[in-house]
Amino acid sequence: MIAEAGLAALWLATALCGLQLFFGIMAARNDRSDLGSAVRPIAIVQGILAAIAFLMLIWLFLRTDLSVELVARNSHAAKPWLYKFAGTWGNHEGSMLLWVAILALSGGLVAIFERRLKESTLIATLAAQAAIGLGFYAFLLIASNPFARMNPVPLEGLGLNPLLQDPGLAFHPPTLYFGYVGLSVAFSFAVGALITRDVGTVFARAMRPWVLGSWVFLTLGITAGSYWAYYELGWGGWWFWDPVENASLMPWLAATALLHSVTVLAARDSLRAWTIMLAVVAFSMSMVGTFLVRSGVLTSVHAFAVDPQRGTFILGLLVLYIGGALALYGLRVGTVREGQQFNTVSREGALVVNNLLLAAILGIVLIGTLYPLGVEAVTGEQLSVGPPYFNATAGPLALLLVIAMAIGPVLRWRRDDWRKAVGRISIPVLIASLALMALVFAVSPIGILPMLGLILAAGVAAASLAPLWKRNLRRTPLYIWGMVLAHFGIAVALSGMAFESAFTEEVLVAAQPGESQQVGPYTVRFENVEPIAGPNWTAIEGRLTISRDGMTPFTLTPQSRMFSSPETETSEAAIHTAWNGQLYTVLGNGDGSGRWQLRLWWKPFVTFIWLGGVLIGLGGLLALVGRVRRERRTMERELYA
Amino acid sequence: MKAKHQRLTLAVIAVIAVIGAGFLALVGLRDNAALFRTPSEIAAEPIPPGQAIRLGGMVADGSIAQQPDGVTIEFIVEEGDAQIPVRYAGITPDLFQENSGVVAEGAFDARGVFIANNILAKHDENYMPPPMEDMATRETASR
Repeated sequence: MIAEAGLAALWLATALCGLQLFFGIMAARNDRSDLGSAVRPIAIVQGILAAIAFLMLIWLFLRTDLSVELVARNSHAAKPWLYKFAGTWGNHEGSMLLWVAILALSGGLVAIFERRLKESTLIATLAAQAAIGLGFYAFLLIASNPFARMNPVPLEGLGLNPLLQDPGLAFHPPTLYFGYVGLSVAFSFAVGALITRDVGTVFARAMRPWVLGSWVFLTLGITAGSYWAYYELGWGGWWFWDPVENASLMPWLAATALLHSVTVLAARDSLRAWTIMLAVVAFSMSMVGTFLVRSGVLTSVHAFAVDPQRGTFILGLLVLYIGGALALYGLRVGTVREGQQFNTVSREGALVVNNLLLAAILGIVLIGTLYPLGVEAVTGEQLSVGPPYFNATAGPLALLLVIAMAIGPVLRWRRDDWRKAVGRISIPVLIASLALMALVFAVSPIGILPMLGLILAAGVAAASLAPLWKRNLRRTPLYIWGMVLAHFGIAVALSGMAFESAFTEEVLVAAQPGESQQVGPYTVRFENVEPIAGPNWTAIEGRLTISRDGMTPFTLTPQSRMFSSPETETSEAAIHTAWNGQLYTVLGNGDGSGRWQLRLWWKPFVTFIWLGGVLIGLGGLLALVGRVRRERRTMERELYA
Repeated sequence: MKAKHQRLTLAVIAVIAVIGAGFLALVGLRDNAALFRTPSEIAAEPIPPGQAIRLGGMVADGSIAQQPDGVTIEFIVEEGDAQIPVRYAGITPDLFQENSGVVAEGAFDARGVFIANNILAKHDENYMPPPMEDMATRETASR
């Protein structure tokens, strides 16, 4: 019955979504405000119904109801409950249902909370949201019904891919989906504003919390995904330029650009057409991301679903929405009036540079990601594009972007003077040059990119604090703190990346029990291996005693695990975190004569990469809270005025 | 600056930036994209030493030889009659074994040995990189 209830909720939500679109169009075309006034409540109820459908699916997974095909194919009664729960979205249908549920819920939230926007623009926005939703409901009901029953009922489920049996699964996909879908709301706002020719500061302020929110989610989701891949895959890397990683990076790049341009639009009423364009691009990137991940066109560990019908369907939706939005943009952009003017040397000017560089990086990542697919489709030739390409092209541009980030916040809006601006950032520049000298004198030669990265990180860390200079810190608005924290986080992450790539030490040996290796500041003694068993796996566990001058030795236990359902082997790295880096150990195969392969890394300050990511996300959160509070205060003031 | 001009200037700069990025990308791709090749394709059209490629095929029966250092292995990737010797130092994936599919990333050295810096094997029973799936279907078809 639970499955049927879920399916019924899904159908009802679909019907309401259709109604929401129809009423929205009628209200816009014929000025039928009676129909328009129904759009808000419909959007709210639709959101609740979609959420109910998703809760039903979670319930089915928690009970391991094997009469439901999706549960039987992806779950197993012997799994720990956390993975039963998170396994709800560890598969194609479940994750698409999560996508739709978040989409519908955010539509409902817009309907409840958005009060500043003109009513007709809001209705057009909700209609655009419904148009997106309808396509995905159709996709679920036609091509990937999560509630389909199975007959006969199997005795046991097939289980979940062991690589996914990790707490990361509970956190990483939903966070990214919140980010993707939040961008769909920004997109709907842009479409709504284009339809009612209402592009301006009010529109920018209504859209901004959604852009900020989804940017925070994307930042945290990417950070979590990077750390997950780092410790789970056992390869010691934190970013592989894998197409699926790029699929999450591209919406983030677009959202970062949008975040900055929407600030210009809200504060100065400039960059109107460009901001609308970015909103379209940002959502297009999350559609492209969904397509890449969900259609199974890629060669990657993430692409577990291989089903051409689904790929074609999502591709159809992608072309429909992006094509439709671009057509609307082409038709209406002429009616968007030119915004306020600004000088080249100004905050706006720096933000334009930020946007152009982000757009260029986005283009480079997009081309590199799609190129192998395009070449294979046209010539049948198979090739892969990896780190050498991305590091060589996107790396230098990212460093330029960081320089723009150091200068931008100290420039004044509208017009500024070069000489005064230089005066404001002379201290950071001084710190960067000190870092350069320290590097030249103190360290063995390192690569040019890591070297520049370290220098810029030092300078940017100092420059990011410059906006607080000579301010009353108590009266500094929360969103300024947010910007400072996020920019500081970029410096922290950048320094982690540069340290990791410049100073990592690696040891690869076949060791007899009792042998010791030196890696970084640690001595690693290989004691022995032991067989052990977990809830749904058995493993060979290596015991390593780690010692360091003046510290009590401790034990690390990397494992090689054999999972029973489905039958798979994975390698579990054991990691020790110190304040200044991580010791990363992997157990390989035995050679039959008592020797075991060990792979050891000392990665100084590698943790700064994810620490920086978290700081960036927190900065975004502070900015979001600050902006929303200020909006509410102005609204109250207007009410009582 | 007049209103019209600023918008036009910005649009032109944006177009230049995007075209520049595309140009940079194409130059980068020409130098850095790694081709996927099977042993028989390499026999027909040799790959110069040092050029990064992905080599895909079956690990030949009885060919995996552990070197004395315990971490380097040598093996032969074959496809039909064509064979390529491969050397790899590192921990092999769990599903790497003789008579099963493998994709090795790396480049040939001057003596014609393929030095792999990464080895991908079939990950689990549900997942297979598309190139290997192609190969499997081609092999069944030729039998």
